[in-house]
Formats: sequence, C-alpha cells, structure tokens
Amino acid sequence: MSHRILIVDDEPNIVISLEYLMKKEGFQVAVATDGETALQLAAEFVPDLVLLDVMMPKKSGFEVCQALRAVPALVATKIIMLTAKGRETEVTKGLALGADVYITKPFSTKDLVLQIKSLLA
Amino acid sequence: MLQSWVIVLASFLYLGILFAIAWYADRRADTGRSLIANPMVYALSLGVYCTTWTFYGSVGRAAASGIGFLPIYLGPTLLFALAGFILHKMIRVAKANRITSIADFVASRYGKSQLLGGLVTVIAVVGVIPYIALQLKAVSNSFAILASYPEIVMPATAGAVPLIQDSALYVAMILAAFTILFGTRHLDATERHEGMVAAIAVESVVKLVAFLAVGVFVVWGMHDGVGDIFAQAAAIPEVARRLTTADSPAAYGTWGTLIFLSLFASLLLPRQFQIAVVENVDESHLRRAVWLFPFYLFLINLFVLPVALAGMLHFQGAGVDADTFVLTLPMAHQQEGLALFVYIGGLSAATGMVIVETIALSTMVCNDLVMPALLRLPMLGLATRADLSGLLLEIRRWAIAVILGLGYLYFRVAGEAYALVSIGLISFAAVAQFAPVVIGGLFWKGGTRDGALAGLAAGFVLWAYTLLLPSFAKSGWLPDGFIAHGLFGIELLRPQHLFGLTGLDEITHCLVWSLLVNLGAYIGVSLQRVPNLREARQATLFVGGAEAAGIPGWRGSAGVADLLPLAGRFLGLERAQEAFARHARQRGLKAIEELPADTRLVNFAETLLAGAIGSASARAMVASVVTEEPLGIDEVMNILDEASQVRAYTRELEQKSLELTRATAELREANARLQQLDRMKDDFISTVTHELRTPLTSIRAFSEMLQEDPKIDLPQRVRFLGIIVSEAVRLSRLINQILDLAKLESGRAEWTVAAVDVAEVIREAAESLTVLFAEKHVILELDGREAGLIVLADRDRLMQVMVNLLSNALKFVPAESGRVKVGVGGTTHEVRVSVTDNGPGIQAEDQDMIFDKFRQGAGTSDVLTDKPQGTGLGLPISRQIIEYFNGRLWVESTLGAGACFVFALPRQAGDNDASKSTGGVP
Amino acid sequence: MNRSRLTAQRLAFLFLLGCFFFNYPLLSVFNRGGDFFGLPPLYAWLMGSWLALIAQMAWVVEGRND
Repeated sequence: MSHRILIVDDEPNIVISLEYLMKKEGFQVAVATDGETALQLAAEFVPDLVLLDVMMPKKSGFEVCQALRAVPALVATKIIMLTAKGRETEVTKGLALGADVYITKPFSTKDLVLQIKSLLA
Repeated sequence: MLQSWVIVLASFLYLGILFAIAWYADRRADTGRSLIANPMVYALSLGVYCTTWTFYGSVGRAAASGIGFLPIYLGPTLLFALAGFILHKMIRVAKANRITSIADFVASRYGKSQLLGGLVTVIAVVGVIPYIALQLKAVSNSFAILASYPEIVMPATAGAVPLIQDSALYVAMILAAFTILFGTRHLDATERHEGMVAAIAVESVVKLVAFLAVGVFVVWGMHDGVGDIFAQAAAIPEVARRLTTADSPAAYGTWGTLIFLSLFASLLLPRQFQIAVVENVDESHLRRAVWLFPFYLFLINLFVLPVALAGMLHFQGAGVDADTFVLTLPMAHQQEGLALFVYIGGLSAATGMVIVETIALSTMVCNDLVMPALLRLPMLGLATRADLSGLLLEIRRWAIAVILGLGYLYFRVAGEAYALVSIGLISFAAVAQFAPVVIGGLFWKGGTRDGALAGLAAGFVLWAYTLLLPSFAKSGWLPDGFIAHGLFGIELLRPQHLFGLTGLDEITHCLVWSLLVNLGAYIGVSLQRVPNLREARQATLFVGGAEAAGIPGWRGSAGVADLLPLAGRFLGLERAQEAFARHARQRGLKAIEELPADTRLVNFAETLLAGAIGSASARAMVASVVTEEPLGIDEVMNILDEASQVRAYTRELEQKSLELTRATAELREANARLQQLDRMKDDFISTVTHELRTPLTSIRAFSEMLQEDPKIDLPQRVRFLGIIVSEAVRLSRLINQILDLAKLESGRAEWTVAAVDVAEVIREAAESLTVLFAEKHVILELDGREAGLIVLADRDRLMQVMVNLLSNALKFVPAESGRVKVGVGGTTHEVRVSVTDNGPGIQAEDQDMIFDKFRQGAGTSDVLTDKPQGTGLGLPISRQIIEYFNGRLWVESTLGAGACFVFALPRQAGDNDASKSTGGVP
Repeated sequence: MNRSRLTAQRLAFLFLLGCFFFNYPLLSVFNRGGDFFGLPPLYAWLMGSWLALIAQMAWVVEGRND
C-alpha cells in the first residue's frame, strides 16, 4: 500500500514540482496552499507524511505543525518542514514544534526523496 | 590720717598692681597659655561698661529721679538677649575680616572707604570726649573730697582753680601715661591686648566689690535693712517722691528712649566694640556673657536706690552733691578704710573706661585718620619707607595724649554744668549715630558708601547742634542766646526745641531728630544707586556672614617678594616673617619662599596689614603692589549680587541636569532606533533571502527533474522549461529591483531631471503595456489627454512609476471584466495622476503596509491562482521616486470596490510655455 | 532648625518679653505708692523681673538640655 503525502505550499510552481516528484515515487498526494486548508485536509486524508512550507498566508507552517501534533490520529505522521528561511533559530523552532526534518530551499530533489523514504521506512 | 600722699600712694599702688597683672597676662599670651581664654574673663571685662558714671553717677541720678538710673542697664541686658542675632554675627564678621575698631568695621563694610573710616573716627572722638571728661571729673572730685577727710567739702568749680593746681589735669596725665604703657608697648597684627583685658576684668571685680561694700554698709551698717530705708524715705515727702517716677507720657518716653539708647551704646561705644568684638578670643565665650554680664549689671545696681535714699535722708539740705554719696556716706560715718576702698573702686571704674576707650580711639585715629592722610602726602615719602611700625606706635601714643587732653579741655569748659550721667548721655547719643550704618550694614546689602556718609554726617551735625553746642552754651563757653532764641534768632532753629518740637527732654529730642535724619539719609542716599562692585563684595561678606567667605577679595596676584617687605614695614620684619611662615605652614608648605603668588596670599597679606593699619589703608597699600586684573563684565554682574550668583549657579545645575536627562533620553531613543534599524535590516535580509530562494527552488527542482528523468514526455518537458524560464525572469527582475531600491535609498541613484509632460509619459507607459492588457482582456482607459501639465522629474523614472502602477492594477483586476482607468488633473500647484482599477480593493489596515518592502496586497487569494505575481518592491520603489521629486503617492480604496493609486507632483511654473517649447504634445 | 538658631530665637523672645516688662504700659501699673514686702512696687517689679529675665537667659544658653 502506498504512503500518503500531503504537500502544503503557497508557491504554485513549487507545488507542481513536489507533486510531480511524489507521484513519480508512487505516493498518494494531496495539496494545500495555505495553513487552514492544510489542517482540514490532514484530518480527512490522514497523511503518513506532510511536506510543510513555513511562509504561507493565513497560518504559518509553524502553527500548522503545532496543530497537527495536537491531533491524536496524526501521532505517527512525519513532518518535513521546507523553508526558504534558513536561519538557525528557525530550524530549532521547527524541530521543537514537532517537525521530524527541516529542509531549506532550494533543496536537492534526490536528497528530499531519500529523506522521505527513510522517514517512511 | 587720709592725707593726700596716702591716697596718691594707694592710687599708684593699685595702678602698679594692675600693670603687673597686664604684664603677666601678656607674657602668658606670648607663651601661648592665655590667661583670658575664659568665658568668665570675657564677661567680666565687658563690665568696662560700668564707669564712674555708674559708680558715682547712678546714685546721683537716683537721688534726682528715683528709678530713672536703671534704663541704662536694662538696655544692655536686652542687647545681650539679641546676642544670637547681632553680637554673634559682628564677632564672626570682625574676625573673618580682621576688624580692629568700630571705624574699621564701618569703613570695611562700605567698600573699605577711608573717608568713611575717618568720619566715624571723628564722630567717635568728638562724641566720646565728654565721656572721658566725666571720668576725669569723677576721679579728681573723689580725690579732692577724700583728701579733705574728715571734713566733707564739695570741691571747687573746675574752672575756678588755676591749671597748675587742678588735680584733674594730673589725673589726665597719669591716665595718659598709664594707657600708653598699657596699650602701645608693641604693635600686634590682631590689635588685641590680652594684658589689658585681664586688667579690665580685675578692675570690674574691684569696682563691683567696692560698690557692694558701700551698699552693705549703708543698708545694714547705717540702717536696719532695705525695708528700713524705704520706710524712712516714705515718711519724708521730699524723699518719698523718688519711690515712684513721673507718670506722664514724656517720662515713659524718656524711659524707653534711654533703654534704646543704652542698648546701642553698649554695642557701639568704641570701648564696648573693642572688648566685646575685637578682644573676643573665642565666640563661644559669648554664651556665658549673655547672662553673666547682665547679672553683673544687676548686682552693681542693686544698692543704688537704697544708697541714694540713705544719702538724701542723711544729708538733707547739707549741700552735698548726690553724685558723691557713695564716697561721702562712709566718710560721714568715719569709715576711712571703706572710703579709701570706694575711692579705689571709683578709680577702677575710671581707669578701665579711659584705658580701653583711648586705646580703641587711638587705634581708630591712627588707622583711619592719620595714616591714610600721611600715606597720601608724597613729600613725607612714607609710602616707600622701609619700617613704619615705630611710626605707627608713635602716632598712637600721641593720639592717646591728645584725646585725654581734649577730655580735660571739655571738663574745664563744660564739666560743671552737668551731672555725671547727663555728660555720659551726650556721648551715648553720639555713638547711637553709628546704629543705622552698623546694624543696617549687617542685615541690608543695599547700603552704599554714600548713604553711610550722608547718614553719619547728618546725624552727627544734628547731634552736635542739639546736644553738644548747648552743653557748651550752658557752661558759658558759647553765648547762650541761640538756645533761647534759635540760631540767627530763628525760633524754629532753637537747638533743644528744633522745628518747634517740645515736651521732650534734651536727649530724647536729640535722638528723635538725629536718628530720623541719619536713617533717612542713609537709606535714601543708598537707594540712589546700585552698590558698586567693592561695596557689593563687602556687603556679601558682612551680611552673608561666614558662609560668603569664599568670595575672593583680590583678583590680582603678587608674590612673597612684594608682600613680605610691605607687611614688614608696618609690623616689623621679624613679626611679618613669623606671620608669613605660619601662613606657609597652614598651607602645608615648608618655607615662605614656596608660597605661590595667588589670591589667597594677597588676601592673607591684606588681613595681616588690616590688623595693624586698618582695612581701608591696608587695601590701599596692598593695591600698590598687587597688579589687579580687571574684572570682566560677567564677573561684575555675578559679584554684584551673591544671591543671584547662587541662584544662577543653581539654575545652571538644573539646566545641566535637564540637558543630561534630555541627552540620556535622546541616546536611549537613538539606541532603540538603531536596534530597530538593525532588526529591520535583519528582517530585510531574511526576506530578500526568502524571496530569492523561492524562484531558485523551482528552478532547481525542475532542472533536476529534467536532468534525472530523460523520459519525461514532451508537453511536460515544455511546461517545466517554461516554469524554469519564468522563474529565472522573476529572479532577475527581483535582483534588479533590489539593487534599484538600494541605490534609491542610499541616494546613489542617477537622476536626469528635466521638464516632463505628464500626459506623454502616461501615453508611453500605456502603450508599452497594451499587449499585456490585451492578453488578459482588460480595458485600459486613458482619461485626460490634457497637454501642458509639466513637472520637473526624471522621465524614465516617472515612466517606471507609471508602468508599475498600471501593471499592479492589471495584476489585481479580474480577467475579461477588468477595467483600469488613468486620470490626469492639475491645480495651479500640482499635477495629479490616478490609476483606478475594479479589483478586490485593499482593506484599510493594509493601505499603508503595501508600500513596505516585500509586502504584497494579498487580495482575496484563497486560491492558488490568486497569488499575486511580483516582487513586492514595486510600490516602495515608486514611492521613493515620487517623494524624490517632492511629490506624494498614496492609495484610496474600499475592500471589494477597487483601488485608486494617486500620485501628485509639484507643477512647474509657466509650464504652458515650457510645454510648447519642448513640443511635448503631438 | 539647628540648635544655635533655636537658642538665638529663644533669646530673641526674651528680648521681646523684656521690652514689654521694662516699658509703658506695664510700668505704669507698678508706678504707685504703697509697698510690696517693704519695697516700693516699682523698684520691686523692675529688679524682680530683671533678675527673672537674666535667669531665663542663663537657662536658655546654659541649662537647657534638649
């Protein structure tokens, strides 16, 4: 059975690339372009892994991460935070809020796929 | 038994003992073990107030007016109740300024005026001479009466005896010699006479014991106690009248006047000033004197009335002068030992007064009258003479002799016309003239030299006219017609009823007029001008007391080389050297030579000299060697009013502290601003990084995907490459704009400013965007093709703004139904361009924010496609450009009803002509 | 207010008291015949109040411990 991946980002081109990558690896994919939609989708879709952008309208990635961790059904869900902000404090903050991996943009697609596979293994 | 030679021998024996005491006290003082550094001695020496006036005259006064002798002693009691305010301050001021006499005090207070010092000296000498005459009269009378023992014979009238047989002459000569021995053996810088003070204290004891002995003898030896005397007195109507006093307003007025007069006299008489102020060793001694001196006065007056009554009872109609009762009562009862003791007591009272008074006066005459005059006479060459200390002593000795000579002269001329007390009161009234300038000078800073001169001179003239001249006239020395009929026969000028003032006794009459005129002239003339620099400085020293001592007296400087010889000339070189060495040690220096040539040294030298020659002369002498620097106008203003100086200082401090507070606040604010700027820069960099990384992320992801998977189908491949290209374009546009903004913000942008036709710019911008508008099927309306709206701007930059506004509008309006309208209008001052769209609008709270960097209008972007394209730098850049040309850029919008961006630029004057010349409109 | 100023003011109060004691109108009250323990009233009053005043002055400058 294939893993479920939820992609959350407000940049359309990035979403296109991520969606293409994940589908190519055979995952089931859902897409959200802002924080609120991401939380709704996560509850219905119950993803195994979330690719989460930090800078988004309405709800930031940090808030979404925190909210996701508070849902009992999503305890096993892995979270990878993707951000263009690479400062040390933000990495720490993201990990503290429950993210499993923190990846800065621009990222290597190969590394990203490897990370996801190892998390889901 | 009591032959003349016995009395003479006893007199000399007594004087010899006194001299021995003085000599011993001086020696003790030289070895530093002062005999008089004792509050008891100070209080007793103040007893010099009690002269033969008290010793013999009080009883005489009591016999004439009952209790009327008493106010003269109540006044000093009240003065000492005010010691904390007046005497204490005077002592402090005198010590700080090395004041040597009352003349020096007044001269120093009003700017160290030699003229004023001279005037005070003249008044003091003239005023006190009757008082000295009184002593001579009392001593010579008592001698004559005692010498005729056991007979009681009143001495012949003074003028009647030939000069050579007049015992008063010999008394005067002996007292002069004795005073010279006492007071002018050497010159002291402080003008203090420890030996004299010790002797005076002993004399006070002698006269008190003598008087009490008479009192005890009269009350318990002759009578059965005080009650017996009063009872006997009450039985005889003539005597009983002395048990009460006249019950009339005039009598009570006289009574009050005498209290008031004696209050001042006990402070201002040269000898009282000498003992109370100059000879004061330690100001704490005043504490004991406050009650001990009044108590002394109380004791010496205790038996006055009983003795007077007893004398009246005993000598009824016998023609015995009541002034002699103290002596004649014991004689009448064959108490020759007691009589001799009384005589010695009287001699004590007289010698004490004469010694201190003439020493004080001779110091004044020398320092304030003779020396200033001699120093001014260039032919004497005194100003350059090497050693003047001998000359100073010589002058003082002569002054003593002359003063006693004058006293004797007054005694010969006017002595018989008055009772002892009346003569004394003439002197009291004279020194009361010092009261306004001395008391005023201690508490009022406004007094000037001119005011003091005017007041003293006016008071002195009136005193002489209403009191002194009549005393001459009454003794027949002057024709007495002017007393009865007034000067030149003018009734109003009758000296003892001046301007028709009657009903007062002569003393009160004199005081009313002289003090009124004195005070009026002192205040009135003083108020004619602001005190000058020197007066103000001295006023500060005197009124401000010791606290003001920090104000330097000299601004100039002179070295030891100048000052030591100068001091040496007046003090003797050895004494001067000692004093300078002491000063050097006080300043922690080893030798005189190390003393720096500063203000402090000059001040020291001046005060040192002031002790020897008076402050006014000292100032003149020091001025001759000191090169005084001129005072700046600011300093003059400051010194003028010490209070204002302190106020100014306080104000300055407040100002400073205020400035500091303000500076601190500014610094804190600046720091906060810096921190904020730092944060903003951080945020900016972080944002820029984010904005740059976002397109990079897409580019990298798609490139990698294309690279790794060559089997991607063609349409997909084309799509991915398209994304890569557009993201690359976005990236380069972003980089360009960031650089552009950085250039604008740092002011390094290049501007080509020229007159620009706004309509033309709008048209060109619209043209460049035609394709884009057409693609999205948005209608662009260009309103106002009005030509001739000229602004001063950079044409390309203005175009950039226009394109930015138009593409923003295009970005937000819906496809197909979108409408963008450009409006142009102008007032006389400015040109306005508006770009209105029918997009989603901007909510009020975002309307400012959109001009911040990287903040894009979010619109109603729920959907992916609504995400606005752009860098978020267009509006900030546009605003920068418009503001550079002194214009404004803003937005008007309501959410859901579109937005209207407007910019306004100042209109170029006479732009119509300009537009024609450039031919801007096709 | 420091000690010496207080003392000076206490003395000044005694000054005013003395002015009142030694002058009209109080003086006229005692200025009459008769006797007071064998003494003329005026003499007794003046010497008595004078001595009392001196005692007060002594007490103010020397005796008070406060």
